[in-house]
Amino acid sequence: MVDTLPIEMTVNGRRRALEVAVNSTLLDVLRDDLELTGTKECCDVGECGACTVLVNGLAVDSCLMLAVEADGAEVSTVEGLAQDGKLNPLQQAFLDKGAVQCGFCTPGQLMAAQALLAANPHPTLDEVQEGLSGNLCRCACYVQITEAVLAVAEGTPQ
Amino acid sequence: MSAVKVGASPWRVGGDARVTGHQEYVADIHLPGELHAKLVTLPVARARILRVDTSAAAQVPGVRVVVTAADLPQPVPRYGPQFKDRPVLAVGETKYHGEPVAAVAADSKAAAEAAAGLVRVEYEELPAIVTITSALDSAAPLVQDPALRPGDPLAATNVMRVHRVGWGDVDAEPADVVIENSYSFPMVTHFAIEPHAFMAAPDGDGIAVWTTIQHPYWLQRILSGILGLPLSRVRVIAPDPGGGFGGKQQIKYEPVVAFMALQAGRPVRLVLTLEETFQAVRRTAAEVRVRTGVRSDGTLAFQDIKADYLMGAYVDIADRVVNKGSYVGAGPYRMPAARIVARGILSHTVPATAFRGFGNPQINWAVESNLDEAARALGIDRLEFRLRNLARKGEAFIPWDTPADGDWQQTVRRAGELIGWGTPLPVGHGRGIAIGIKSGPTTGLSYSTVRLLADGSVIVYAGTSDMGQGARTVFAQIAAQELGAPMDWVTVVMGDTAIVPYDAQTSASRSTVLMGNAVLKACKSIQSQIRTMAARLHRLDEAAITVERGVVRLPDRELTILEVLKPGLGSLGGELTGNGESRKDAEPDHPLQGAPAFFEFNCTAIEARVDEGTGDVVIVRHVTVSDVGKAINPLQVRMQDEGAAIMGLGHTLMEHYIFDEAGRVRNLGAIDYRIPTSMDLPLELHSEVVENADGPGPYGAKGMSEGALLCVAAAVAAAVREATGVVIRDLPLTPERVWRAVQERDRDPAHGRDER
Repeated sequence: MVDTLPIEMTVNGRRRALEVAVNSTLLDVLRDDLELTGTKECCDVGECGACTVLVNGLAVDSCLMLAVEADGAEVSTVEGLAQDGKLNPLQQAFLDKGAVQCGFCTPGQLMAAQALLAANPHPTLDEVQEGLSGNLCRCACYVQITEAVLAVAEGTPQ
Repeated sequence: MSAVKVGASPWRVGGDARVTGHQEYVADIHLPGELHAKLVTLPVARARILRVDTSAAAQVPGVRVVVTAADLPQPVPRYGPQFKDRPVLAVGETKYHGEPVAAVAADSKAAAEAAAGLVRVEYEELPAIVTITSALDSAAPLVQDPALRPGDPLAATNVMRVHRVGWGDVDAEPADVVIENSYSFPMVTHFAIEPHAFMAAPDGDGIAVWTTIQHPYWLQRILSGILGLPLSRVRVIAPDPGGGFGGKQQIKYEPVVAFMALQAGRPVRLVLTLEETFQAVRRTAAEVRVRTGVRSDGTLAFQDIKADYLMGAYVDIADRVVNKGSYVGAGPYRMPAARIVARGILSHTVPATAFRGFGNPQINWAVESNLDEAARALGIDRLEFRLRNLARKGEAFIPWDTPADGDWQQTVRRAGELIGWGTPLPVGHGRGIAIGIKSGPTTGLSYSTVRLLADGSVIVYAGTSDMGQGARTVFAQIAAQELGAPMDWVTVVMGDTAIVPYDAQTSASRSTVLMGNAVLKACKSIQSQIRTMAARLHRLDEAAITVERGVVRLPDRELTILEVLKPGLGSLGGELTGNGESRKDAEPDHPLQGAPAFFEFNCTAIEARVDEGTGDVVIVRHVTVSDVGKAINPLQVRMQDEGAAIMGLGHTLMEHYIFDEAGRVRNLGAIDYRIPTSMDLPLELHSEVVENADGPGPYGAKGMSEGALLCVAAAVAAAVREATGVVIRDLPLTPERVWRAVQERDRDPAHGRDER
């Protein structure tokens, strides 16, 4: 039985080659091995969305995915959103609309919203609420989060 | 001149770090050489511990420390914010499902988890008490050892304390109608998205502790006592918590982590799972019996309230919750007579602690619901009934206490307008309205130091915890306003007892008022030094100069603070330092040991419809209006109010712990315990504030953050009643419970539906 396997993945545009424990989740590897602690750990059962990252463009609960399954994948985390020190439109809108309180769920919300808008650049209110329903916010700035996502969609050319 | 900072909603301080993933929460911090800890617990609530065998665990490669009660100083230290009742690790008996019996620290998380699973505990399961009724049974086992309660006449019972407050003579007060009902409020948990996390490391001759705590200085005091170290050798580092809601106020597992770190001589970290946080903190459940006496002219005669709060196996701060939560139980009304008897009852359940609203939502649910029943019995409109009895500004509604400190009619009327009270409703819809009130802080002490640096930038030191309420931004706004600095030239330093001066606590929605005033005073002290400087530089009498909101006014012109500071400091540079203190001393004769600094006042109005086929309650419109005195940051006020409103929908519609007969929590974790998601929102949520600048805080601010949660349940249940005709007196109003009530109604042809 093997305990570790080598994997290669692209994380926020950078190739990373790693030896990972076969039972390590993608979340563990991002946080502990790559020190990308922006991705948060809460429920560990795929219910809260705090650990949401993009894997090949799809929003994934990284606590439910083994790191070895991400071999060869493109992974995006919250640390990759801002470019050259400039916030991306969603990050900016989250702050403008008051969608950030304690901030612990924010990385997951941003990544889920990023995936939502990539798939559906002009969502309705219902589609935003459904698209982000897997991301819990106990500060409950859901209304503000929704406003932020819709504001970004509005600013996107049809 | 400087732009207006107070009353606007500038960029959130710490916002950039939160949207880029760079904000460091406790679990994101790693220390060189750290060990990973895991707690060992039993799969039962209450058990006699017969033997603990750690030999197999100790042999797991990488394991450095295994501790049981026997490895700790004897007798095992006990601690708590109110009573020293909780042992560092269980001694002889576990008292709730999840109480740690042992703990392991190892080089890796995996080794710690493997070793924790190998700690063999032989135990005998004992019957557990998980309800108020069973706790009060005369044959019930005692949750607390009477030896821990010397001289306490209640020590031979499971009643921890009885708090009585009242005035007038309830038994003699004439009433035309008396309405009596019982209501229950479930056991719910905070579910901050950041699970609690703790680290401790030897630090010179002392210890440093990193923790997700709201009250770092209170923790420092308790740890100092347990470890026998002076305060100066206990350094508590408290990064901004990822949500607190009261669940992170008090000391939890810091002591066991500290003992392990001292024993190992290395840093030890313990990051709880979400399941473990469910077993660490919760709100007190409650059963409340209310007798409301009213007169036919629509005035209140009396409230006679018996509130039983179910606390856990250790008191934590729950006795204070019972005391303070029940104290304003009769509400903000003119009340000729009141009698409130509140009991805190121990049980073999998760230790209950502070939770947003601090004991008020439980009693409010009962009393406001009963007011609706009284209004209906009198045939008076429910809003009109409340307005008729509501205390006017300046009226002492608790005879000896802080009078009504706001125009509360304004708040209630506004909520009524916004919900369209009295206008026709679609079939199957109903409306409810309720009023929430909560005592603000009764004692407090906050210090702040503010430094105005040579270039006009500012550092504010404030021991508040910014757990999402936005305290950093508010303090930066105050300093920017007073010292004429741009917002992004103000740095706010918090969360380190070795650097930041003392602050008693971050709770009771106090920080804008108490710490805000301390920051303001520190800024005023700097302003006065600037005045002295300006007098010297311009050869003027100080009396001829004023300094206000960043502007220095000389008889013939205005200068910025910086225009005085630079020449005033001279070629050596340097800085000006101001200190501010905000103190609210205890009043020993007061039932709460202090009159509230302010009241949080909210009116919530709901329009709901009910799907009678499924029992699902849809909140069509949710209106929440709070009297905040002055919204220093209107956007943050809205975020807090709307967040509290939605959190209130949680315990109203869906949240509750489920226990089995052995006292185990059956719905630990996010799959089986539901909190509101983006799919559970009101179709419309509308929040507004009343601002009359009549609060004791900076610029007339009052505390806010809990208000919008206080009376959600009563307003929703009233709307459900109007929509369906069914009265439900137990929370949460789950679809199953609503559906059953509707079925019952339809089986009973005599069931009155006339109120629709």
